Amino acid sequence: MRRLADGGLIDRNQPVEFTFDGKTVTGYKGDTIASALLANDIKLIGRSWKYHRPRGIIGDGAEEPNALFQVEEGAYTTPNVRGTQAEIYPGMVVNSTNAWPSVKFDLLSVFGLFARFLPAGFYYKTFMWPQKFWMFYEHMIRKASGLGESPRENDPEHYEKTNAHCDVLVVGAGATGLMAALAAGRAGARVILADEQGAFGGRLLSEAGIVDGQPAASWVEQMVSELQNMPEVRLLKRSTVFGYHDQNYLTIAERINDHQSIAERQGPREKVWRVRAKQVVLATGAHERPILFGHNDRPGVMLASAVSTYINRYGIKPANRAVLYTNNNAAYQAALDLDAAGVAVTIVDCRSDADSALVNSVKQRKIQILFNHVVAEAKGAPVSAAVVKQLVKPGVLAAGEKIINCDLIASSGGWNPAIHLLAQSGGKVRWDDAQHCFVPDLIVQQQRSAGAANGSFTLAACLADGLQAGAAAATAAGHTAVDLTVPATDQTESFVISELWRSPNGPKPWRGAKQFIDPQNDVSVADIFLAAREGFHSVEHVKRYTAMGFGTDQGKVGNIAGMAVLAEALGQPIASVGTTTFRPNYTPVTFGAIAGPEIGGTLFDPVRKTAMHGWHEEHGALFENVGQWHRPWYYPQGDESMDEAVNRECLATRNSVGMMDASTLGKIEIVGPDAAEFLNRIYTNAWTKLGIDCARYGFMLGEDGMVMDDGVTIRLDENRFFMHTTTGGAAPVLNWMERWLQTEWPELEVYMTSVTDHWATTAVVGPNSRKVVSAVVEGIDFDKDAFPFMTSRKGTIEGVPVRVNRISFSGELAYEVNVSAHSGRMVWERLYAAGEPYNITPYGTESMHVLRAEKGFVIVGQDTDGSVTPVDLGMNWIMSKTKDYLGRRSLERVDCTREGRKQLVGLLSSDPQVVLPEGGQIVNQASDQIPLPMHGHVTSSYYSACVGRSIAMALVKDGFQRQGETIYVATADGAMLPAEITKPVFYDPEGERQHG
Amino acid sequence: MFLIPCPYCGERDESEFSCAGEAHIDRPLDPDALTDEQWGDYLFHRKNPKGWHQEQWHHTAGCRRYFNMLRHTVSYEIKAVYKIGEPAPEIEQ
Repeated sequence: MRRLADGGLIDRNQPVEFTFDGKTVTGYKGDTIASALLANDIKLIGRSWKYHRPRGIIGDGAEEPNALFQVEEGAYTTPNVRGTQAEIYPGMVVNSTNAWPSVKFDLLSVFGLFARFLPAGFYYKTFMWPQKFWMFYEHMIRKASGLGESPRENDPEHYEKTNAHCDVLVVGAGATGLMAALAAGRAGARVILADEQGAFGGRLLSEAGIVDGQPAASWVEQMVSELQNMPEVRLLKRSTVFGYHDQNYLTIAERINDHQSIAERQGPREKVWRVRAKQVVLATGAHERPILFGHNDRPGVMLASAVSTYINRYGIKPANRAVLYTNNNAAYQAALDLDAAGVAVTIVDCRSDADSALVNSVKQRKIQILFNHVVAEAKGAPVSAAVVKQLVKPGVLAAGEKIINCDLIASSGGWNPAIHLLAQSGGKVRWDDAQHCFVPDLIVQQQRSAGAANGSFTLAACLADGLQAGAAAATAAGHTAVDLTVPATDQTESFVISELWRSPNGPKPWRGAKQFIDPQNDVSVADIFLAAREGFHSVEHVKRYTAMGFGTDQGKVGNIAGMAVLAEALGQPIASVGTTTFRPNYTPVTFGAIAGPEIGGTLFDPVRKTAMHGWHEEHGALFENVGQWHRPWYYPQGDESMDEAVNRECLATRNSVGMMDASTLGKIEIVGPDAAEFLNRIYTNAWTKLGIDCARYGFMLGEDGMVMDDGVTIRLDENRFFMHTTTGGAAPVLNWMERWLQTEWPELEVYMTSVTDHWATTAVVGPNSRKVVSAVVEGIDFDKDAFPFMTSRKGTIEGVPVRVNRISFSGELAYEVNVSAHSGRMVWERLYAAGEPYNITPYGTESMHVLRAEKGFVIVGQDTDGSVTPVDLGMNWIMSKTKDYLGRRSLERVDCTREGRKQLVGLLSSDPQVVLPEGGQIVNQASDQIPLPMHGHVTSSYYSACVGRSIAMALVKDGFQRQGETIYVATADGAMLPAEITKPVFYDPEGERQHG
Repeated sequence: MFLIPCPYCGERDESEFSCAGEAHIDRPLDPDALTDEQWGDYLFHRKNPKGWHQEQWHHTAGCRRYFNMLRHTVSYEIKAVYKIGEPAPEIEQ
């Protein structure tokens, strides 16, 4: 055990047992996976994905690239959990990832021996050719390089989303964020304070300093309890602000249950907060960055600040003998912490000297400091020694080396403000030459950065900065700030740094021990130099070529160093290389949290069912999705195939009577003194003279002249029309008509209402339909002359008002009975019962398609595709010549009147049993010559039991003039199916049946 | 996601709205007087500015009214919303 005798913020009275790779490990409540493993001296925790080199814990927070674990198993499993942040709980099952068969003995580490053959872009270069092998390569690469396993079972947990508004959202509850929240809260602002950790305090939890006369951790406790007592302040812990979007819209993932055993979990696992904040304070802190040296990826190499965390927060003695490698004086604190924990430490400082209160207190403790030195290389895995070399001048090493035996090399190359959310919000950063980091510059939203996130790296400055930012944010949100004093602290050391990104290693930096920039993706200094030599100069290109920063950590440790190395390779300043783009999410967010309660169930997309849906289910219907509607597809009997069922349904309808649920067709009521004039402008044909209770088929064009929608519209009254649209067109057509009415024709007095769901519609179709409908409906004279085709009548069924439209989409005598949806099933059942003497047969969308195709009736969106005019469909009769309408002028455009347009025709395949494939391309010759000009395509194709053969519709270039010609439909398997071009009417060409 | 100030309803989330493209495209009063080229310009040609853009929006899942918006295509700032028929605010690019 490496646990110190006392100290730390863990609860030593609450031991917690969990398993790591099958072995029981004991930590304490308050431990993370990482701290518990370190306390148990487990240093080797995974393998890198490309070379399968052994890897250990580097950091202590969101930046961690290596300590990724598979937590829990089966349905509860979560991949790539950051061990530096995940809290342990009793019974937690933790497994290492990326090692096969185990972390200690990894068969794939043989890749490391071939590392010089696996440079940047290796996969691109090697597995390019032959192309058909790529699938095989990809399979092997993925097996070798996987980063954790996705769960294969349905997620048993549930997730929530919630919306919130606040005056001030403070991101991060370190010293800066706590002060900002306090200042804003005291001003009376409504505040949300969110922090990704399980405890508030940020780095204060890792430091041994004094704030306001007490240890930092107890000052944090006092602050939190004060904030908790403010009714307008909401504290969110374990809550990562992962996205910063337009207009101060931020998204927060709150992990409600992941820190508890599965048995203890109650309520949702995670909740996503969608927050609209008047003002935002970014107190996101900073990430320490390493100095790069040879084999700096070995277990036992850590960040200096993480070492302090493991000592002070988790009470761990992380090593027996340590080397601290630094270019700044802030890291000297880690030396003091190591010394206090009883660890012998040697400081390797690249600078010639340093002088400050902190440095002097290190000197007083007789800690060895090697100024003008660098760590050239780590030895051993885990680390057993550091190879240290002297600097003659910047970039130049003296001959000779010192070997310092040690089991920890801590390094600090400075601090990078966590500018991720600032960048997501559209803000820009600038390079700070004094502190060697990017700091916020241009702010574009109602926002301010404060503390370390703003480049203030001392605690005293953070406290003052936070107070000021919180007060300013509250003021900007309309509150009055109150006077508060900045608490005193002993942590006042200013941050002094000199530039050093990596240990010099000779004129050819790509030779020798690898210096890793991105340990998760195995990107080294050599890869960046290679990319630069191969011509990749943009940092965005280098990122993609080398995969630097592509991992789950998004390069929080290494990216800035990588940019500095690129700057070195290109001989440019870092400021001109710039940063890669910071995109959401700040850290990975589970799919469950993003999906929320919609996951897996029916809430994802509404399902629309008609009033008769239950009847269809009870009668064995299979359904097809039409938009959100579930429509009966066909009603198989016994073990009928679809073809057999459809043949039966079509024959029964043509020979006696069928019935269909037509409720899903769009229905819009159009009312007002100008309704007829409005229709005149919307539809291609004229509506003014349509009589009351009369129906007319209409075509709607886009302003580009292309067919957009169709349907029958009925005049219910002088100023009241009832429009049918296609099922899918209902909403877009209403939007379209409202747009014209509101934006171009405000002078028209017209009102439109969607009534699709209000009415249930039963179509009764076939020669016996009159007998069926007239047996049920009262109050209507069904005589063929009294109630002719394309008219509408009002009646009742058992006292319930119905409207019966004599319209037909099958060419048969047919009636559509409309009733309030509440009575839809009753009416359907009455009609079905009345039809039983005639063997009334319910049919679905498939038979509907066959019946209409037999008549050559088009379906907009199937026989048309947005490039088809009514002229192309041979429907010139529907276009008025005496009025303007939407799309009319476009029909006169040269392109709409040229030769060679595709026109709607019928096709009869030479073999009447062959059903041509829908979408099949039409060619003039059965030839394998390439290229073979394509002259059109099949749009609708079925076997028609009524005609006794297959039928098809097609769009063919100049098809009207090609009647009787033979064309060929090319199929995917190379066959050429001959077919004759005909008129697109295959049944009752005179149209007598619907008038019967 | 934007917060869009519908001139009829006040501020609502963007998810309630749909963008209907460039605003102030007037339908020609006499389409027959236009050449194919002029008609094609009305049909198809739209501005794609880097900067202020006059847009038509529809409060689809709200009051269902169309209105116009002056929005910046880089900063996404919404400078003004105004009803159909009202004059467009001045643009300083």
